[in-house]
Amino acid sequence: MKEPLYAESFKIRGGDFEHGGEVATRIKSICKELGIRPDLIRRLSIANFEAEMNVIMYADEADLCFQVSTEDVRVVVADRGQGISDIELAMTPGWSTATAEMRARGFGAGLGLPNIRNSVDEFRVDSRPGAGTTLTYVVRIA
Amino acid sequence: MLLAEIVSLLGCTELLDLEGAGNREITGCFAADLMSEVLAFCGHGPLLVTGLTNVQSLHTAEIVDVKAILYVNGKCPDVQVLALARARELPLLSTTMTMYEACGRLHRGGLPASTKV
Ligand SMILES: Nc1ncnc2c1ncn2[C@@H]1O[C@H](COP(=O)(O)OP(=O)(O)OP(=O)(O)O)[C@@H](O)[C@H]1O
Ligand SMILES: [Mg+2]
Repeated sequence: MKEPLYAESFKIRGGDFEHGGEVATRIKSICKELGIRPDLIRRLSIANFEAEMNVIMYADEADLCFQVSTEDVRVVVADRGQGISDIELAMTPGWSTATAEMRARGFGAGLGLPNIRNSVDEFRVDSRPGAGTTLTYVVRIA
Repeated sequence: MLLAEIVSLLGCTELLDLEGAGNREITGCFAADLMSEVLAFCGHGPLLVTGLTNVQSLHTAEIVDVKAILYVNGKCPDVQVLALARARELPLLSTTMTMYEACGRLHRGGLPASTKV
């Protein structure tokens, strides 16, 4: 049933603020070309941007795998890095460990993970402290 | 409200001279310095008022289809950010007013808040 329409994988590097946000905007333009509904593209792009920036701020590197089928868009962001020891706390709106430098760059509201959860239809976080974090989320398009 | 009306209302500077930018219709406004707040709370296609001039302000703008960005406190982005905005045909404005003052004038001038539906 789930015919794959498109799949691509993107590398994100920790600390790379210069390019931070490019993966999310690149995927947005791919989704436009695929004719996905604008409101669904917006929700997906919010999740992608927040996930991308979290890798840049808190992890060493990650692969973001983006997969589109006739039914949904599925994204897996698997990073290598410090991981998250208390996922429930990390998901609390307003909770952030962002440094003063990150805040000066416009981050650290503690809204990124809640934004992802609120923007997608399925969401899951798996993390191993000291190893890394994997976010998996789905936006239904059918 | 037309972008040209916003420019005259605030007496602000247009940082790029994009063809026809003044005729773009702006229907709402959202102001924040934290990008996650923009993504969480703003509606579709607003004027974004911010003090943040880095490249992430443009990427965030792209995601919520911002129609133009107004930088407050006399801020101006660097040449790379200006070039990216020009490539995306995103009008950038700059004012020496503070965020409060700029937003107050825009609201009084009749530009409503952009909120998520
Ligand atoms: N990939 C990750 N690896 C390690 N820690 C993470 C990761 N993503 C999030 N965190 C931790 O969870 C906290 C909350 O993340 P969240 O994205 O909600 O907020 P933030 O990044 O601090 O601020 P905002 O996203 O609003 O700019 C972060 O401050 C950080 O401590
Ligand atoms: Mg975040």
